[in-house]
Amino acid sequence: MRVQLALTCLVDGLRGSTGVSMVRVLEHVGCEVVFDKRQTCCGQPAFNAGDWTSSGRVASAFVDCFDRDLPIVVPSGSCAAMMREGFRMLGLGAGLRVFELAQFLMNEVGVEKWRPVSRSRMVVLHSGCHGRMLGSMDSLERLLALVPNLTVVTPETSEQCCGFGGTFSMSHPSTSKGIGIEKLYRLKATGASEVVSTDWGCLLHLEGLARREGIGLKFNHVADVLAEAFE
Amino acid sequence: MRSDFDKRAERLPLKVVDSVRTASANKVQGRFQAIASVFAEYDSARRQAAATKEYVLDNLADLLVELEASCLKNGVQVHWAEDAEQANRLILGIVSRAAPSALVVKGKSMATEEIGLNERLIQEGHQVVETDLGEFVVQLDDDVPSHIVTPIIHKDRTDVKRTFESHGLSPRSDEPEELAAVARARLREEFRRADVGISGVNFAVASSGRLVIVENEGNNRLSTTAPRVHIAVMGLEKVLPCDTDLALFLRLLAASSTGQRLTVYTHLVCGPRRPDEPDGPEEVHLVLLDNGRSKILNGALREILKCLRCGACLNVCPVYRQASGHTYRHTYSGPLGAVLAPGLDGVHSHGALAFASTLCGACQEVCPVDIPIPELLLKIRAEVGATPAAPWPVWAWFAQRSARWRMALKALPMVEPLARPWTEHREWPEPSGVDFRRWWDQRP
Repeated sequence: MRVQLALTCLVDGLRGSTGVSMVRVLEHVGCEVVFDKRQTCCGQPAFNAGDWTSSGRVASAFVDCFDRDLPIVVPSGSCAAMMREGFRMLGLGAGLRVFELAQFLMNEVGVEKWRPVSRSRMVVLHSGCHGRMLGSMDSLERLLALVPNLTVVTPETSEQCCGFGGTFSMSHPSTSKGIGIEKLYRLKATGASEVVSTDWGCLLHLEGLARREGIGLKFNHVADVLAEAFE
Repeated sequence: MRSDFDKRAERLPLKVVDSVRTASANKVQGRFQAIASVFAEYDSARRQAAATKEYVLDNLADLLVELEASCLKNGVQVHWAEDAEQANRLILGIVSRAAPSALVVKGKSMATEEIGLNERLIQEGHQVVETDLGEFVVQLDDDVPSHIVTPIIHKDRTDVKRTFESHGLSPRSDEPEELAAVARARLREEFRRADVGISGVNFAVASSGRLVIVENEGNNRLSTTAPRVHIAVMGLEKVLPCDTDLALFLRLLAASSTGQRLTVYTHLVCGPRRPDEPDGPEEVHLVLLDNGRSKILNGALREILKCLRCGACLNVCPVYRQASGHTYRHTYSGPLGAVLAPGLDGVHSHGALAFASTLCGACQEVCPVDIPIPELLLKIRAEVGATPAAPWPVWAWFAQRSARWRMALKALPMVEPLARPWTEHREWPEPSGVDFRRWWDQRP
């Protein structure tokens, strides 16, 4: 199956290794990965901030980089939701077939097993809220349960948001922090020392808070965890 | 850049945040259990409720005319109020006719909070007593409710005891039973003497004219039956087509709002006392309140009029739980309020509330009538526009071409000083060191 990689800004600018992991993971399950280097941002920041004119310009340039007939796989539930719901509201991109990685692997590929990762350990999941919009709240948990030497735990009130919310974290920094700290304590209380999620947005917010507050947790993207199996 | 909402939320005492968090988490749990035990097919129940509400909105004018006719047949006097001022004047007129300086007992009603009725009645020389326990405390505190269902969610029982003591009520302890008993003793006297009772309305049935009021404390029963005059105030959108709709809506409301199979009391008010009846009010009035609702009906936020006021979206909202209701500075708080407040009063007065959301979608997930709250919030944001506006066209210029975008991303560490709201609370993310595009170009 040919799939198109939508890289996302955070991977493009800050977490390039997750892009590499995406390609390795997708190739491992038999996909041929297409990457159009013209792609930039899906337009979500301006969309959520209320500037739909700027967002629409960026989003339509983004849509032009993709083939409507091939699935698009994204290392972010939030960007995937933008490409589905946000583009619909902007009147763009109807018919794009967009999937977040864990959702794609579980529901489209139908992955049933995975190789052991390099280090046997316990991880705690943070389910990004955009799974709600994608109808895939449980795919991350089902996916990581397939990795033989990972012990996967979920925190109490796992469905609660981490407080990132994109531009919300800048316009409402103190509220965002309060929500994030509560989430960090729930994650920490599981006894795991590594948090895994589908979204670098949530993870960088939580990581930034944890480092500032001296809460000892590590943060990892699901693609990077899965790609460890090939090291 | 930083919102006033955030500044207000930051000033909240930790004790308030704890109180709201604990209570709302319990309510989320209660709702979950009630829905699991009441509905074998919750999803289809919810779909049916949403479809019924859609029908109500599509036929609102006809249903209201039908409701008026049914009420008149039942002997209920019907009044139409276009805005808060008209509603207040209407109600004042009825109260003043009942007694020149009347004692008014009130059941819990957000519609009367919305129009600021209490202040008006007091200004005109009437005495008003809130009889819902939470609202009673709010009134003693000279405060406003912080939650549409649980008005004092921001307080704990030691706070309530202190409020009572400072108003000459002397509970022997802060046990809930004792606090309730003290309030009950005081309120019993007020019910006996009251001239007028004012209540809200949870549902009004167009075909039968039944006014449905649900509650758990019995204070609404006393407010609506003991005084000589009962005035019910309802937002236009609360109408339902038939009595049979109640079977679904009463259970959905109870499960979603208080985690109950049904509320302790369900009142079906069918008119004033009939000659062969031993008691009941001599006059029943229904005030149909528009106050911005027909404007919402014909606009982009129309779906918010499906709201049952169950409060489930407040309880589950991470922002509400962190900020509490008063931070919204409107009668309606939480996700519902962030849509309804700008809807009723215009996006220019309360549009900023639409930005006080992470768009996590938990509100829509728990909504018993599936209102797409995140989508409505986004529509309000688009109408208000970005503040500050300037960065976004610049951002768009860079993000429309990949060469420019690459330059911008490379410069990302340099914008750190601009990201002070972020770095005030968080460490700045360090780049991982691997450049995906270079790796992609160089792979064999």
